[in-house]
Amino acid sequence: MEVPILKQGEFLIATIQAALSDADLEHLRLALVQRVVRFRARAVIVDVTAMDVMDSFASRTLREIALMIRLRGAETVIVGIQPEVAFAMVQLGLTLEGVGTALDLEEGLVYLNQKFKALN
Amino acid sequence: MEPELGPPELPRNEAPELLRELVAHLRQNRTQLREEWLRRISETRLLTAMTKEEIFAEATSVYDSYVEALETGTFEALQAYARNLSERIIPRGVETHEVIGIVLLLRDVLARSLFAKYQADFEKLNRILDAYEPAANRIANTVAVGFVQERERVIRQQQEAIRELSTPVLQVRERLLILPIIGVIDPQRARQLTEQLLRGIRTNRAKVVVIDITGVAAMDVTVANHLVQTVEASRLLGATVIVTGLSPEIAQTLVTIGVDLGKMNTVGDLQGGIEQAEKLLGYKVVPVAEPR
Repeated sequence: MEVPILKQGEFLIATIQAALSDADLEHLRLALVQRVVRFRARAVIVDVTAMDVMDSFASRTLREIALMIRLRGAETVIVGIQPEVAFAMVQLGLTLEGVGTALDLEEGLVYLNQKFKALN
Repeated sequence: MEPELGPPELPRNEAPELLRELVAHLRQNRTQLREEWLRRISETRLLTAMTKEEIFAEATSVYDSYVEALETGTFEALQAYARNLSERIIPRGVETHEVIGIVLLLRDVLARSLFAKYQADFEKLNRILDAYEPAANRIANTVAVGFVQERERVIRQQQEAIRELSTPVLQVRERLLILPIIGVIDPQRARQLTEQLLRGIRTNRAKVVVIDITGVAAMDVTVANHLVQTVEASRLLGATVIVTGLSPEIAQTLVTIGVDLGKMNTVGDLQGGIEQAEKLLGYKVVPVAEPR
Protein backbone atom coordinates (compact mmCIF):
# COMPACT_ATOMS: atom_id res chain seq x y z
CA MET A 1 0.00 0.00 0.00
CA GLU A 2 1.39 3.34 -1.03
CA VAL A 3 1.37 6.01 1.66
CA PRO A 4 0.32 9.39 0.24
CA ILE A 5 2.97 12.08 0.75
CA LEU A 6 1.88 15.67 0.27
CA LYS A 7 4.02 18.73 -0.05
CA GLN A 8 2.99 21.74 1.99
CA GLY A 9 5.43 24.59 1.40
CA GLU A 10 8.72 23.44 2.86
CA PHE A 11 7.11 20.54 4.70
CA LEU A 12 6.18 17.04 3.63
CA ILE A 13 3.14 15.36 5.17
CA ALA A 14 2.82 11.58 5.07
CA THR A 15 -0.54 10.24 6.22
CA ILE A 16 -0.58 6.61 7.18
CA GLN A 17 -4.03 5.29 6.52
CA ALA A 18 -4.15 1.80 7.96
CA ALA A 19 -2.04 -1.07 9.18
CA LEU A 20 1.16 -1.14 7.15
CA SER A 21 3.13 -4.25 6.36
CA ASP A 22 6.85 -4.28 7.03
CA ALA A 23 7.48 -3.91 3.30
CA ASP A 24 5.19 -0.86 3.13
CA LEU A 25 7.12 0.73 5.99
CA GLU A 26 10.42 0.14 4.22
CA HIS A 27 8.96 1.66 1.09
CA LEU A 28 7.76 4.69 3.05
CA ARG A 29 11.20 5.24 4.51
CA LEU A 30 12.78 5.24 1.10
CA ALA A 31 10.10 7.47 -0.41
CA LEU A 32 10.33 10.06 2.36
CA VAL A 33 14.10 10.39 2.26
CA GLN A 34 14.05 10.66 -1.53
CA ARG A 35 11.48 13.43 -1.42
CA VAL A 36 13.24 15.35 1.31
CA VAL A 37 16.20 15.43 -1.02
CA ARG A 38 14.21 16.20 -4.17
CA PHE A 39 12.13 19.03 -2.69
CA ARG A 40 14.73 20.26 -0.18
CA ALA A 41 12.07 19.94 2.51
CA ARG A 42 12.82 21.35 5.95
CA ALA A 43 10.56 18.97 7.84
CA VAL A 44 8.44 15.86 7.56
CA ILE A 45 5.22 15.23 9.44
CA VAL A 46 4.14 11.60 9.70
CA ASP A 47 0.48 11.31 10.70
CA VAL A 48 -0.28 8.00 12.40
CA THR A 49 -3.79 8.85 13.63
CA ALA A 50 -5.22 5.85 11.78
CA MET A 51 -2.77 3.36 13.26
CA ASP A 52 -4.38 1.46 16.07
CA VAL A 53 -1.33 -0.64 16.80
CA MET A 54 2.36 0.17 16.68
CA ASP A 55 4.74 -2.74 16.90
CA SER A 56 8.48 -2.64 17.45
CA PHE A 57 9.29 -2.78 13.73
CA ALA A 58 7.06 0.17 12.94
CA SER A 59 8.46 2.10 15.89
CA ARG A 60 12.05 1.37 14.89
CA THR A 61 11.38 2.34 11.30
CA LEU A 62 9.89 5.68 12.34
CA ARG A 63 12.98 6.38 14.42
CA GLU A 64 15.23 5.48 11.52
CA ILE A 65 13.24 7.75 9.21
CA ALA A 66 13.75 10.60 11.68
CA LEU A 67 17.49 9.94 11.98
CA MET A 68 18.01 9.69 8.22
CA ILE A 69 16.01 12.85 7.60
CA ARG A 70 17.98 14.67 10.23
CA LEU A 71 21.15 13.77 8.30
CA ARG A 72 19.62 15.80 5.49
CA GLY A 73 19.19 18.68 7.93
CA ALA A 74 15.43 18.28 8.27
CA GLU A 75 13.10 17.73 11.23
CA THR A 76 10.58 14.94 11.74
CA VAL A 77 7.42 15.06 13.83
CA ILE A 78 5.18 12.06 14.47
CA VAL A 79 1.60 13.15 15.12
CA GLY A 80 -1.66 11.49 16.06
CA ILE A 81 -0.49 8.63 18.26
CA GLN A 82 -3.66 7.42 19.99
CA PRO A 83 -3.75 7.16 23.82
CA GLU A 84 -4.15 3.36 23.76
CA VAL A 85 -1.31 3.00 21.26
CA ALA A 86 0.95 5.30 23.30
CA PHE A 87 0.28 3.27 26.43
CA ALA A 88 1.00 -0.03 24.67
CA MET A 89 4.17 1.37 23.14
CA VAL A 90 5.74 2.56 26.38
CA GLN A 91 4.93 -0.75 28.03
CA LEU A 92 7.05 -2.40 25.33
CA GLY A 93 9.77 0.17 25.85
CA LEU A 94 9.13 1.84 22.48
CA THR A 95 9.49 5.50 23.35
CA LEU A 96 10.49 7.02 20.00
CA GLU A 97 13.33 8.69 21.81
CA GLY A 98 14.84 11.63 20.01
CA VAL A 99 11.89 11.98 17.64
CA GLY A 100 9.54 14.96 17.85
CA THR A 101 5.92 14.18 18.68
CA ALA A 102 2.72 16.19 18.73
CA LEU A 103 -0.97 15.59 19.35
CA ASP A 104 -2.15 16.12 15.78
CA LEU A 105 -1.36 17.78 12.48
CA GLU A 106 -2.22 21.26 13.75
CA GLU A 107 0.02 20.89 16.79
CA GLY A 108 2.72 19.37 14.63
CA LEU A 109 2.81 22.51 12.47
CA VAL A 110 2.91 24.73 15.57
CA TYR A 111 5.80 22.64 16.92
CA LEU A 112 7.77 23.00 13.70
CA ASN A 113 7.15 26.72 13.35
CA GLN A 114 8.32 27.30 16.91
CA LYS A 115 11.38 25.19 16.31
CA PHE A 116 12.34 27.06 13.15
CA LYS A 117 11.69 30.43 14.75
CA ALA A 118 14.05 29.47 17.55
CA LEU A 119 16.67 28.40 15.02
CA ASN A 120 16.42 31.63 13.05
CA MET B 1 -22.60 -20.97 44.03
CA GLU B 2 -24.37 -22.33 47.01
CA PRO B 3 -23.18 -25.59 48.55
CA GLU B 4 -25.83 -28.21 48.03
CA LEU B 5 -27.18 -29.73 51.21
CA GLY B 6 -30.10 -31.60 49.76
CA PRO B 7 -32.51 -33.82 51.66
CA PRO B 8 -31.24 -37.28 52.65
CA GLU B 9 -32.73 -40.47 51.32
CA LEU B 10 -36.20 -40.59 52.86
CA PRO B 11 -38.56 -43.42 51.95
CA ARG B 12 -40.42 -41.83 49.05
CA ASN B 13 -43.91 -42.18 50.34
CA GLU B 14 -43.05 -40.72 53.73
CA ALA B 15 -41.10 -37.56 52.95
CA PRO B 16 -43.88 -35.27 51.66
CA GLU B 17 -46.17 -36.43 54.49
CA LEU B 18 -43.67 -35.59 57.15
CA LEU B 19 -42.78 -32.26 55.62
CA ARG B 20 -46.46 -31.29 55.43
CA GLU B 21 -46.97 -32.23 59.06
CA LEU B 22 -43.88 -30.27 60.02
CA VAL B 23 -44.93 -27.18 58.09
CA ALA B 24 -48.45 -27.34 59.52
CA HIS B 25 -47.03 -27.42 63.02
CA LEU B 26 -44.80 -24.41 62.30
CA ARG B 27 -47.72 -22.45 60.85
CA GLN B 28 -50.08 -23.29 63.70
CA ASN B 29 -47.57 -22.22 66.31
CA ARG B 30 -46.33 -19.24 64.38
CA THR B 31 -47.11 -16.62 67.01
CA GLN B 32 -45.50 -18.39 69.98
CA LEU B 33 -42.49 -19.55 68.02
CA ARG B 34 -41.90 -16.10 66.61
CA GLU B 35 -42.15 -14.63 70.12
CA GLU B 36 -39.66 -17.16 71.41
CA TRP B 37 -37.31 -16.29 68.57
CA LEU B 38 -37.56 -12.55 69.22
CA ARG B 39 -36.91 -13.14 72.91
CA ARG B 40 -33.74 -15.08 72.10
CA ILE B 41 -32.60 -12.39 69.67
CA SER B 42 -32.81 -9.67 72.30
CA GLU B 43 -31.28 -11.99 74.90
CA THR B 44 -28.19 -12.54 72.76
CA ARG B 45 -28.12 -8.82 71.95
CA LEU B 46 -28.22 -9.20 68.20
CA LEU B 47 -29.46 -6.57 65.73
CA THR B 48 -28.76 -3.72 68.14
CA ALA B 49 -28.69 -1.36 65.15
CA MET B 50 -32.42 -1.87 64.60
CA THR B 51 -35.51 -0.86 66.60
CA LYS B 52 -37.90 -3.37 68.22
CA GLU B 53 -40.58 -2.60 65.63
CA GLU B 54 -38.16 -3.14 62.75
CA ILE B 55 -36.94 -6.42 64.18
CA PHE B 56 -40.54 -7.59 64.64
CA ALA B 57 -41.44 -6.72 61.05
CA GLU B 58 -38.35 -8.40 59.59
CA ALA B 59 -38.70 -11.40 61.91
CA THR B 60 -42.21 -11.98 60.67
CA SER B 61 -41.07 -11.89 57.03
CA VAL B 62 -38.10 -14.13 57.73
CA TYR B 63 -40.27 -16.65 59.63
CA ASP B 64 -42.81 -16.84 56.82
CA SER B 65 -40.14 -17.15 54.13
CA TYR B 66 -38.44 -19.83 56.19
CA VAL B 67 -41.58 -21.91 56.48
CA GLU B 68 -42.39 -21.38 52.81
CA ALA B 69 -38.93 -22.59 51.80
CA LEU B 70 -39.40 -25.66 53.96
CA GLU B 71 -42.78 -26.29 52.37
CA THR B 72 -41.91 -25.78 48.71
CA GLY B 73 -38.34 -27.07 48.83
CA THR B 74 -37.41 -24.19 46.51
CA PHE B 75 -35.07 -21.46 47.56
CA GLU B 76 -35.26 -18.78 44.85
CA ALA B 77 -37.87 -16.77 46.73
CA LEU B 78 -35.77 -17.02 49.86
CA GLN B 79 -32.62 -15.97 47.97
CA ALA B 80 -34.42 -12.94 46.59
CA TYR B 81 -35.74 -12.06 50.02
CA ALA B 82 -32.28 -12.48 51.58
CA ARG B 83 -30.73 -10.09 49.03
CA ASN B 84 -33.51 -7.60 49.52
CA LEU B 85 -33.20 -7.78 53.28
CA SER B 86 -29.43 -7.40 53.08
CA GLU B 87 -29.75 -4.33 50.88
CA ARG B 88 -31.88 -2.75 53.59
CA ILE B 89 -29.92 -3.69 56.68
CA ILE B 90 -26.32 -3.33 55.49
CA PRO B 91 -26.51 0.49 55.44
CA ARG B 92 -27.86 0.24 59.00
CA GLY B 93 -24.61 -1.35 60.08
CA VAL B 94 -25.87 -4.89 60.62
CA GLU B 95 -22.96 -7.33 60.60
CA THR B 96 -22.55 -10.79 59.10
CA HIS B 97 -22.37 -12.57 62.45
CA GLU B 98 -25.69 -11.02 63.45
CA VAL B 99 -27.50 -12.25 60.36
CA ILE B 100 -26.08 -15.75 60.63
CA GLY B 101 -26.78 -15.66 64.36
CA ILE B 102 -30.49 -14.88 64.07
CA VAL B 103 -31.07 -17.48 61.35
CA LEU B 104 -29.40 -20.14 63.48
CA LEU B 105 -31.45 -19.04 66.49
CA LEU B 106 -34.63 -19.52 64.47
CA ARG B 107 -33.44 -22.94 63.42
CA ASP B 108 -32.85 -23.83 67.10
CA VAL B 109 -36.21 -22.46 68.23
CA LEU B 110 -38.07 -24.46 65.60
CA ALA B 111 -36.03 -27.62 66.32
CA ARG B 112 -36.77 -27.34 70.05
CA SER B 113 -40.47 -27.09 69.36
CA LEU B 114 -40.23 -30.27 67.27
CA PHE B 115 -38.46 -32.06 70.15
CA ALA B 116 -41.24 -30.95 72.48
CA LYS B 117 -44.01 -32.10 70.18
CA TYR B 118 -42.60 -35.52 69.28
CA GLN B 119 -40.85 -36.37 72.55
CA ALA B 120 -43.14 -39.35 73.13
CA ASP B 121 -42.29 -40.96 69.80
CA PHE B 122 -38.51 -41.08 69.38
CA GLU B 123 -38.78 -42.94 66.07
CA LYS B 124 -41.03 -40.30 64.57
CA LEU B 125 -38.94 -37.45 65.97
CA ASN B 126 -35.94 -38.86 64.16
CA ARG B 127 -37.81 -39.08 60.87
CA ILE B 128 -39.14 -35.55 61.29
CA LEU B 129 -35.64 -34.26 61.98
CA ASP B 130 -34.39 -36.11 58.91
CA ALA B 131 -36.81 -34.03 56.90
CA TYR B 132 -36.19 -30.81 58.80
CA GLU B 133 -32.42 -30.59 59.27
CA PRO B 134 -31.10 -30.54 55.68
CA ALA B 135 -33.73 -28.03 54.66
CA ALA B 136 -32.99 -25.85 57.69
CA ASN B 137 -29.27 -25.95 56.93
CA ARG B 138 -29.88 -25.01 53.35
CA ILE B 139 -31.98 -22.07 54.48
CA ALA B 140 -29.26 -20.84 56.86
CA ASN B 141 -26.76 -21.09 54.03
CA THR B 142 -28.97 -19.28 51.56
CA VAL B 143 -29.56 -16.35 53.86
CA ALA B 144 -25.93 -16.08 54.98
CA VAL B 145 -24.54 -16.32 51.46
CA GLY B 146 -27.08 -13.79 50.20
CA PHE B 147 -26.00 -11.38 52.90
CA VAL B 148 -22.30 -11.82 52.27
CA GLN B 149 -22.68 -11.44 48.52
CA GLU B 150 -24.58 -8.22 49.00
CA ARG B 151 -21.89 -6.93 51.32
CA GLU B 152 -19.21 -7.76 48.78
CA ARG B 153 -21.18 -5.98 46.08
CA VAL B 154 -21.41 -2.87 48.25
CA ILE B 155 -17.71 -2.95 49.03
CA ARG B 156 -16.82 -3.25 45.34
CA GLN B 157 -19.10 -0.33 44.56
CA GLN B 158 -17.47 1.79 47.25
CA GLN B 159 -14.00 0.92 46.06
CA GLU B 160 -14.94 1.94 42.54
CA ALA B 161 -16.30 5.23 43.85
CA ILE B 162 -13.12 5.91 45.80
CA ARG B 163 -11.02 5.14 42.76
CA GLU B 164 -12.98 7.57 40.62
CA LEU B 165 -12.77 10.30 43.24
CA SER B 166 -9.09 9.90 43.72
CA THR B 167 -7.85 10.54 40.24
CA PRO B 168 -9.49 13.58 38.74
CA VAL B 169 -7.75 15.15 35.77
CA LEU B 170 -8.23 18.91 36.12
CA GLN B 171 -7.72 21.64 33.58
CA VAL B 172 -6.49 24.78 35.30
CA ARG B 173 -5.48 26.80 32.25
CA GLU B 174 -5.76 26.39 28.53
CA ARG B 175 -3.49 23.47 27.58
CA LEU B 176 -2.52 22.82 31.24
CA LEU B 177 -3.75 19.81 33.21
CA ILE B 178 -3.18 18.93 36.83
CA LEU B 179 -3.40 15.40 38.16
CA PRO B 180 -3.28 15.41 41.98
CA ILE B 181 -2.75 11.91 43.29
CA ILE B 182 -3.67 11.05 46.85
CA GLY B 183 -3.33 7.85 48.81
CA VAL B 184 -2.09 4.45 47.90
CA ILE B 185 -1.36 3.62 44.29
CA ASP B 186 -1.47 -0.01 43.38
CA PRO B 187 -0.59 -1.18 39.86
CA GLN B 188 -4.24 -1.30 38.87
CA ARG B 189 -4.90 2.26 39.97
CA ALA B 190 -1.66 3.38 38.33
CA ARG B 191 -2.84 1.91 35.07
CA GLN B 192 -6.23 3.55 35.36
CA LEU B 193 -4.52 6.83 36.12
CA THR B 194 -2.41 6.64 32.99
CA GLU B 195 -5.36 5.82 30.77
CA GLN B 196 -7.38 8.65 32.25
CA LEU B 197 -4.53 11.10 31.82
CA LEU B 198 -3.81 10.17 28.20
CA ARG B 199 -7.46 10.52 27.31
CA GLY B 200 -7.50 13.86 29.14
CA ILE B 201 -4.48 15.08 27.18
CA ARG B 202 -6.21 14.29 23.93
CA THR B 203 -9.58 15.73 24.93
CA ASN B 204 -8.18 18.96 26.39
CA ARG B 205 -5.33 19.24 23.87
CA ALA B 206 -2.97 19.70 26.79
CA LYS B 207 0.63 20.70 26.22
CA VAL B 208 1.71 20.44 29.86
CA VAL B 209 0.62 18.16 32.67
CA VAL B 210 1.56 18.59 36.32
CA ILE B 211 1.35 15.32 38.25
CA ASP B 212 1.41 16.08 41.95
CA ILE B 213 2.27 13.21 44.26
CA THR B 214 2.50 15.13 47.54
CA GLY B 215 -0.30 12.94 48.84
CA VAL B 216 1.46 9.69 48.01
CA ALA B 217 3.55 8.38 50.87
CA ALA B 218 5.32 5.53 49.16
CA MET B 219 5.67 3.89 45.82
CA ASP B 220 7.01 0.49 44.95
CA VAL B 221 9.20 -0.20 41.96
CA THR B 222 6.32 -1.33 39.76
CA VAL B 223 4.38 1.84 40.34
CA ALA B 224 7.48 4.01 39.93
CA ASN B 225 7.96 2.40 36.53
CA HIS B 226 4.34 3.14 35.72
CA LEU B 227 4.99 6.78 36.49
CA VAL B 228 7.94 6.83 34.11
CA GLN B 229 5.82 5.17 31.43
CA THR B 230 3.11 7.74 31.97
CA VAL B 231 5.63 10.50 31.35
CA GLU B 232 6.85 8.78 28.19
CA ALA B 233 3.38 8.05 26.86
CA SER B 234 2.34 11.66 27.46
CA ARG B 235 5.29 12.82 25.39
CA LEU B 236 4.10 10.66 22.51
CA LEU B 237 0.92 12.72 22.62
CA GLY B 238 2.95 15.91 22.50
CA ALA B 239 2.59 16.83 26.19
CA THR B 240 5.32 17.60 28.71
CA VAL B 241 4.92 16.19 32.21
CA ILE B 242 6.16 17.89 35.37
CA VAL B 243 6.14 15.75 38.50
CA THR B 244 5.87 17.60 41.79
CA GLY B 245 5.77 16.74 45.46
CA LEU B 246 8.17 13.82 45.54
CA SER B 247 8.76 12.72 49.10
CA PRO B 248 12.31 11.76 50.14
CA GLU B 249 11.25 8.09 50.16
CA ILE B 250 9.93 8.22 46.65
CA ALA B 251 12.97 10.13 45.46
CA GLN B 252 15.05 7.31 46.91
CA THR B 253 12.94 4.69 45.09
CA LEU B 254 13.37 6.46 41.78
CA VAL B 255 17.12 6.75 42.20
CA THR B 256 17.34 3.11 43.26
CA ILE B 257 15.53 1.79 40.21
CA GLY B 258 17.79 3.89 38.07
CA VAL B 259 15.20 6.16 36.55
CA ASP B 260 16.85 8.43 34.04
CA LEU B 261 16.03 11.66 35.82
CA GLY B 262 17.09 13.54 32.74
CA LYS B 263 13.89 12.20 31.20
CA MET B 264 11.72 13.26 34.10
CA ASN B 265 10.94 16.84 34.79
CA THR B 266 10.53 17.31 38.52
CA VAL B 267 9.89 20.31 40.71
CA GLY B 268 9.68 20.49 44.50
CA ASP B 269 6.07 21.46 45.09
CA LEU B 270 2.84 21.98 43.21
CA GLN B 271 3.15 25.75 43.24
CA GLY B 272 6.58 25.53 41.64
CA GLY B 273 5.28 23.02 39.13
CA ILE B 274 2.43 25.27 38.04
CA GLU B 275 4.76 28.24 37.74
CA GLN B 276 7.10 26.27 35.52
CA ALA B 277 4.19 24.97 33.47
CA GLU B 278 2.95 28.49 32.90
CA LYS B 279 6.38 29.53 31.75
CA LEU B 280 6.49 26.65 29.30
CA LEU B 281 3.12 27.71 27.94
CA GLY B 282 4.19 31.32 27.65
CA TYR B 283 2.08 32.71 30.45
CA LYS B 284 3.30 35.38 32.79
CA VAL B 285 1.46 36.21 36.00
CA VAL B 286 1.54 39.91 36.88
CA PRO B 287 -0.28 41.85 39.58
CA VAL B 288 -3.24 43.89 38.32
CA ALA B 289 -2.43 46.87 40.52
CA GLU B 290 0.43 47.88 42.77
CA PRO B 291 0.19 46.04 46.09
CA ARG B 292 -0.38 48.50 48.93
